[in-house]
Amino acid sequence: MLKAPTPPKRRNTAQFIRWILLFGGGILMVMPLAYMISTSMKWPWEVYEIGLIPEEPTLENYTYVLEDGRFFGWFINSTIIAAITTISALFFDSLVGYTLCKFKFRGRYIVFIAILSTLMIPTEMLVIPWYMMSQSLGWLDTYWGIMFPGLMTAFGVFLMKQFFETVPDDFLEAARIDGLNEFQIWWQVAMPMVRPALAALAIFIFLGNWTAFLWPLIVTTSPDLYTLPVGLSSFGDEADVAWELIMTGAAISTLPTLVFFLIFQRFIIRGVVMAGLKG
Amino acid sequence: MARNPSSDAPNSATATAAPAPAFSGLTITQKRTIWAWGFLAIPVLFYVVIRFYPTANAMVLSFQEWNLLGERTWAGLDNYQVLFSDPVFWQVFRNTFMYLLLGTPISLVLAFIVAYHLDQVRFMHGTIRALYFVPFMTSAVAMAWVWRWFYQDVPIGLFNNALATVGIPQIDFLDSTTNALPSILAPAIWAGLGFQIIIFMAGLRAIPRSFYEAAKIDGVSTWTVLWEITLPLLRPTIVFVVVLSSIGFLRIFDHVFNMTTQNPGGPLNATKPLVLMIYQTAFDSFDMGYAAAQTVVLFVILLVVSLIQLRLLKDR
Repeated sequence: MLKAPTPPKRRNTAQFIRWILLFGGGILMVMPLAYMISTSMKWPWEVYEIGLIPEEPTLENYTYVLEDGRFFGWFINSTIIAAITTISALFFDSLVGYTLCKFKFRGRYIVFIAILSTLMIPTEMLVIPWYMMSQSLGWLDTYWGIMFPGLMTAFGVFLMKQFFETVPDDFLEAARIDGLNEFQIWWQVAMPMVRPALAALAIFIFLGNWTAFLWPLIVTTSPDLYTLPVGLSSFGDEADVAWELIMTGAAISTLPTLVFFLIFQRFIIRGVVMAGLKG
Repeated sequence: MARNPSSDAPNSATATAAPAPAFSGLTITQKRTIWAWGFLAIPVLFYVVIRFYPTANAMVLSFQEWNLLGERTWAGLDNYQVLFSDPVFWQVFRNTFMYLLLGTPISLVLAFIVAYHLDQVRFMHGTIRALYFVPFMTSAVAMAWVWRWFYQDVPIGLFNNALATVGIPQIDFLDSTTNALPSILAPAIWAGLGFQIIIFMAGLRAIPRSFYEAAKIDGVSTWTVLWEITLPLLRPTIVFVVVLSSIGFLRIFDHVFNMTTQNPGGPLNATKPLVLMIYQTAFDSFDMGYAAAQTVVLFVILLVVSLIQLRLLKDR
């Protein structure tokens, strides 16, 4: 970027060294993941070899872990829970963000500040009352119990409000003249115009729920209802010796997000930037 | 999902015998206000029931004694007094700030160095960026187990095996009171680095080119450009990254819990952060009032640290 008027030769060497260091650093960054995948494909007798490439790669560990059944169940739980919370949070966050942005009514500022202020409250402070609430309402050890705190997010409201500012009021006015009701205007006119923001938010919320640990750990007691992180935590503890199986479990809970990232790379990075800069 | 929040408004208006104005008789502003509150009804209920009420409840509970089964009895400041005279709490307090005071500067400097240089590299730019970002997409629990395996003694752990092949005596990573905390911190820094790099790179991009061109014309050195132009203009980005990563390190839990499962927070509480102490007090000892007091302390710490950082970094 910064093209200093130095002689081209020296500049090229410096640039080359810079590139090598950056690339090497990047390789170091993915080494833990490479080792996780490589070990998950090793036979037990090869696990303690330092070599990254398994001599006889096998999917035996995956078959074993998946046939055990529990991991498959945890995978399904995580998927369902993350999917439902993401849909709900996207719907409500953008509805609230839109309302606070495009409607002028008394009290909207108070509602906005009140919702934003919940960002200051750490989840850890809420888990004890949530647990008490779940206990008295019979939500402990249910899907609903795991999901209810995540159905809406204040961060999403803030982000969506920012993005709805970019939607011109003229479009909404035109739709109003065409006879659409306010819900239709939001859903059919405004929402399609903030699609990139929705995608960014969806990635954040899904990832957050997929990897969430503390609350699912607290609210679930029966292994059938564990999410992947909670299941893996309990599994690792009991299978303390079989590292190749633990690595397989870790891979099963990480590979979906990695594959997702590789497919939607540009999109996700742009989403992080958008969410980061707006947030 | 696609419910129509104010569909019952006209019905209820026409149902009453009184000449109350029907929905269609309202002014446009009134109609829109009804729509707005219709849209907000469920979310407002949610925030009151799932966020505000529990917050108040936690604060009240922190002044009470409760073991989840019996009565909630008033205890005044007892929980706080017990907490502040508990040597374990002060150990935990120190640990929590160690995570913060080591984690934030290290990750900040590393992320900036990588972002600064990566911003000036064109060849395979996207690939290198992806390599740094990938760890951010992983789950802390899964990675805690991967790193835990790395840290095992010979012949199991990768690091000690690697050391053994070059003839260096093995290092006690997780069972030593001095090494365990940094060993747990490393994967936490590693996982968050990619996010910070991306945010820094976006911040660098946002600096207008004209500043650099002016500097070039004046013949200013790269170093001066960095200190006098880049870093000052990057201040909002730095504030954002520092506050976000501090909050993350102060709330560290997943990594610690999963790397020290046989003895959570061990050895000898050397790695125990406040959130783990809260978890154990509440869900192992069922001392709910005491745990609530700890959450209030965590809340105050987070608030104070964020406010100080915003103050220090935003002004001037």
